[in-house]
Parts: sequence; C-alpha cells; structure tokens
Amino acid sequence: MKPPGLYENQAVKLMLARVKNLALNQERIVLLGAAALFCVFAVFLKGFLNPSNLVTLVRGVSTLGILGVAMAIVVIGQGVDLAVVATYAMSAAWALHLAGQGASVPAALLLGFLFALSVGLINGVLIAYFELPALFATLGMASFVYGFARYALVPLVVVYMPASANEIGWIGGGFVFGAPTPILFFALIALLGFIFLRFTKQGRFVYAIGDNFAAARNSGAPVRPIIVLQYALSASIAFVAGMITATSVSSMNTNVVNSSLIYDVILVVVLGGIGLSGGRGGIRNVIVGTLLIGILLNGMTIMNIQYTMQNVIRSLILLAAIVLDSVINPRDEQTAQQGDI
Amino acid sequence: MSRKFIAAAVGAALSLAGYARADGIDDPRRADYFKTFAGKTIAFVPVTMGIDLTEGWAAVMKSQADRLGMKLEIRDPHFSADAGAQAITSLIAEKPDVLVVHNPDVQSYAKLLKRAEEAGIHVVQINMRSNYNSDVYVGADWIGIGEAEAQGAIDKCGAGTSQKVAVLQGQPTSGSDSGMMKGVENALAKHPDIKLVANLAGEWDATKAHSIVSTVIQQNPDLCAVIGFWDVMDLGAAAAIKESGKKIALVTSGGGEQMACDNVEKGVFDKEIAYQVMDQGRDLNDMIATVLESGLPAGKLKAVVYSPQLIISKDTLRPGLCWSASALKK
Repeated sequence: MKPPGLYENQAVKLMLARVKNLALNQERIVLLGAAALFCVFAVFLKGFLNPSNLVTLVRGVSTLGILGVAMAIVVIGQGVDLAVVATYAMSAAWALHLAGQGASVPAALLLGFLFALSVGLINGVLIAYFELPALFATLGMASFVYGFARYALVPLVVVYMPASANEIGWIGGGFVFGAPTPILFFALIALLGFIFLRFTKQGRFVYAIGDNFAAARNSGAPVRPIIVLQYALSASIAFVAGMITATSVSSMNTNVVNSSLIYDVILVVVLGGIGLSGGRGGIRNVIVGTLLIGILLNGMTIMNIQYTMQNVIRSLILLAAIVLDSVINPRDEQTAQQGDI
Repeated sequence: MSRKFIAAAVGAALSLAGYARADGIDDPRRADYFKTFAGKTIAFVPVTMGIDLTEGWAAVMKSQADRLGMKLEIRDPHFSADAGAQAITSLIAEKPDVLVVHNPDVQSYAKLLKRAEEAGIHVVQINMRSNYNSDVYVGADWIGIGEAEAQGAIDKCGAGTSQKVAVLQGQPTSGSDSGMMKGVENALAKHPDIKLVANLAGEWDATKAHSIVSTVIQQNPDLCAVIGFWDVMDLGAAAAIKESGKKIALVTSGGGEQMACDNVEKGVFDKEIAYQVMDQGRDLNDMIATVLESGLPAGKLKAVVYSPQLIISKDTLRPGLCWSASALKK
C-alpha cells in the first residue's frame, strides 16, 4: 500500500527539478537585465524603439561583439587573449599606413593580416609548447605588439585612411540591403564561430581542453595544435574587427590599446556567462553580453549622459549582474573549478 | 679746378670705398645672443607624441634648439596624466631652463607647474593651459574658436532649417574644451532660435564619436549641424553623418594638418577653425627665446600669445594652406 502523499511528493520533486532547470544562470540574468533595460528605455526614451535606432544600437557594439567572439574561442579553451585589442589596433593601423605609403590595397591588407596571424601563432606556441600561462604570455605580447608596431611600423598615434583605400571603405561604412556592414560582419563571424565551436572536431576539442586539459590530452586530443589554432583564430578575427573600425571612421586610433576596450571585451564574454575557468558557454553568451552593453550605451547617449558618467553607470550595472549571479549560484567545492579568477 | 683738388677728391672717394669694403659693422648684441642660449635645456612634456600637433611643435622647437646649441628633451607620457606628473616631478629635480607643457586638463599639473617656477624653471604652456598661469601661454584662443565654430553652424542653420545643433566635445575638463564650450555658449546666447539638442564628449576618439553622433542623429533626424571640438575625433562624427545619408553640417577645429584640408575638399568637414601648428611652434620658439633673454626670474613674465585663427573651408582652400605631419617624419 502506497503511503499517502507520495504522488504529491513526486509532483513536488518534479516541480523542483523544473525550477532547477529554469534556474537563473549568468546568461539568463543578463538576458533578463537586458530585456528589462530595453523595456524601461522603450517606455521612457522617445525614439529608442525606432527601428533605425535599434540598428544604430547594434552597429555601435558590433566591433565589440566581434572581438568578443575572438575572446570567447580562447576563453572556452581555458585561455585568455589580452593581446586581442593590440592586434586589432596595430594590424589595421599598419595596413592603413602601408596603403598610405603607396602599397597596393590588397598587399597592405595581406601584410596586416599576416602581422596579426603571426602574433596569434606566437601567442599559441608560447602557451601550448612553452607552457607559459596565457595571462602572462598574452599580457606581454600586448605590450610588445603595441610597442614594436609604434616603434617600427606605425609612426603616428592616429593613422588616417588614404584616398587610395576608398575602395575598401564599404567594409566598415557600407550597407547591404539597408543593414550596415559591421552588423553583417558581426552576424557572419558569430555564425562561423558558432559552427566552429559546435560542429567541428577542433571546436569540440576546445571545450574538452577547457573543461579538463589532462583528460583531453589523455584521450588523445591534439591539445597543443588546438591551442595554437585558438590564438591564431582570435588574432585573425581581431584583424577583421580592426579593418571594420578603420574603414568605418576612416582612421585608426592606436591609443585604443591603452583604453579600457580589452576589459570591455572580457566583460562581454564573462557577463554573457562564459566562465573564465573554461569549458562552458558559447557564442550565444557573447551576443547576450554585447546586447546588454549596446542597450546601455545607446540609452545613456540618448539621455545625454556624459561619457565619464556613462562609465560609472556601466561598471555599476556590470558589478550588480556579477553579484546577483554569485548570490543565486553560490560557489562551493562542486561548482568552483581550478583556474577560476 | 686744380689738379691737387681732383687728386684729393679721388683719394677721398677711394678711401671711403675702401672703408666700406673692408670693415663690416659688428652687432654688439650678437655674441651675447648666442651665449644666452648655448648649452641651455628645454624640456617638453606633451599629452602624447605621435599626433600631428605635438609632432609639429616638437619639430619646430628642435630646429631652433639645434640652431642655437640647446638641448630639447621630450618626455612622452603617452596620454597618461600620472606619467606626465611623474615626468614633471623628475624634471623639477633635473632643472631644465625652460619647461614646455601640454596639459591634459586644467587641474592635473597646476601645482607641479607652480613648484617648477618656484624652483626657477620657466614654464611655457602650449595650447592646453592649466589653472596655474605660468610665464607664458602660447596657443589657441579657445573661446574665440568656440565662437567661430558656433557661428559656422549658425550660418548653416538659418530660418527654414530645424536650427538644431549638437556639440561633440573631447574631454570636458581640458583647457581647450572648457574654453570652446564657453565660446559656443557665447555665440548661441545671441541666437536663441538655435537649439542645442545634445552636448556629449567623445574622449578624443573617433570610434566613440561615431557611435555618439549616430545616436544623436537617430534622436534628432532633422539635426542641422554638429560642432566638433577636434578634427581627428570628428572623422568619426563625419562617418556617422555620411551613413545617415542626411545633409548635416560639420564644423570642426584642429591643427590645420593636411588631413583637414583633404577632408574639407572632400566635403567631409564643412569648415575647420584651425590653429596653425607650425606658426604655434614659431611662437613657442620666440617665447622660449624671450624668457631666456629677458633675464627675469621664472614666474614673472605672465605673457599670453594667442594663435591667429585660420579658417579652412571650400572658399579659403588653396595649396599650401595646411601642413603635413608625415613630411616632418622624413
């Protein structure tokens, strides 16, 4: 004979399980936060909901999103690429400078790309074969790339796009079917990143390495080449992002290397829910994180809030999101991983 | 006429000619002039090297320093006010004869500059002043530039247009922006029909300027003009205007580098109110020479040298109006 109340108990258990499935993880918190902000702005800010404003909103953060995809590919493999912004700025600046010095545009682009690629390869080799910690290898590389390029390749802080390069102006300043090209590039790179991580063997290895490096190696994954591949991809994506910025504003301000952009890139990734401990998350997280930042920036500009104040508000909201996550998903021996920062 | 007289006259004429040919007249001040400068040290602390303005000033100062046997030392803090403050602190100990400073804002270096003058170093501030008035300020008359920029926008936004204008500042706490904003306010006060719909700062960065101006245009699709505070940053504003496909005037200001002339010619900028960097370099040189020659103790002179405004527009454009920063590198 069944004890009374069993069915109820089971129903309760089932319900609990469901609630657990719906548990608010970082990504959902940020998505909800973004949605809430979106609604508040849509109600209170005149013109926010205007379709062309929404296009502007996404366009404003598309470079950030592209750099986020680059960073995500590395972070999921339990690495980090602090050189991504330096590569982004200096490879594009050098390409513009070469074109300005009379090099043909395809040659300038190719050299810029090769510069970025070699930075990525060196990063990867240092980390995979010399077994340097990614944090220090790429931090050093970021300073080196900036210093070397400023010293030997790019004489000025701001490099202008020469008239001869007008033919590639569409990369950052064009429209396809009414959509600005930077958004389309963001979509394309996000899609390629998604396909790489989800459907290719190498992409699955990235998760394996990020989750448990020793287990991945013991089970025969080519861990070292995969790590080199990650950094090479990240640097190549950075070059594309650099050319989008450069052609969009007809110049490249290399001083962006010394700005907070690299932290914004990491934030977009971490905020979206890709743990720095690796093995978790995907491109969707990057998109969610990017959109939150985009909504914030756009709304604050409409409200005429000064840039310095915008920085304060942005950091407060980001802190709040992270605090909320640690309250709802407290860390313990089970959830914490080695390598958590 | 006697022979004797003719001989005497010829002799006198010959001796006069001889005198004129053989002996130049020495300038008694010349030797002192060169002695004043030989071995002196000029230190330059810019906001950063590698931008048209600072490269231009440094090149002109270098040529005078080389000519007069002085040493020009450049300490590049690379956009970091902290590094700049450190550079000035160590320079106070090293005691150069003249310290040329390009302030990132009105506050950061004010006390240090006072200390430098108390230590006997002449302080010359270039283009961006601090709250401390040192021996010399050489640079743009920012309030005048702000007024001229606003006037440029007002001219474009007469009756029949929306009369909406937006201001794109660089860094509101800098000596340049606080002045230009005052100038814009002065000019707009006389034209109450002009509406200032946005006043934002792009932190001297074209990418930030781009996203700010795109959003402002979304909010005000009938925007008439943008008043930008630095041409290098305003390239981003120009890109946003171009993408919007609207006819929005863009008035800017800057150092009159070739980039400005090219962009006025292309119609990217409608007008640039420029301060000619090469001329500013010349003013710097003259004032460096003046403080050294004057023999005055540091902090006594209190001179201001405003650079004349150079208007770059389709009407004034001519070859040679702008100068080229890349040519300086050669």
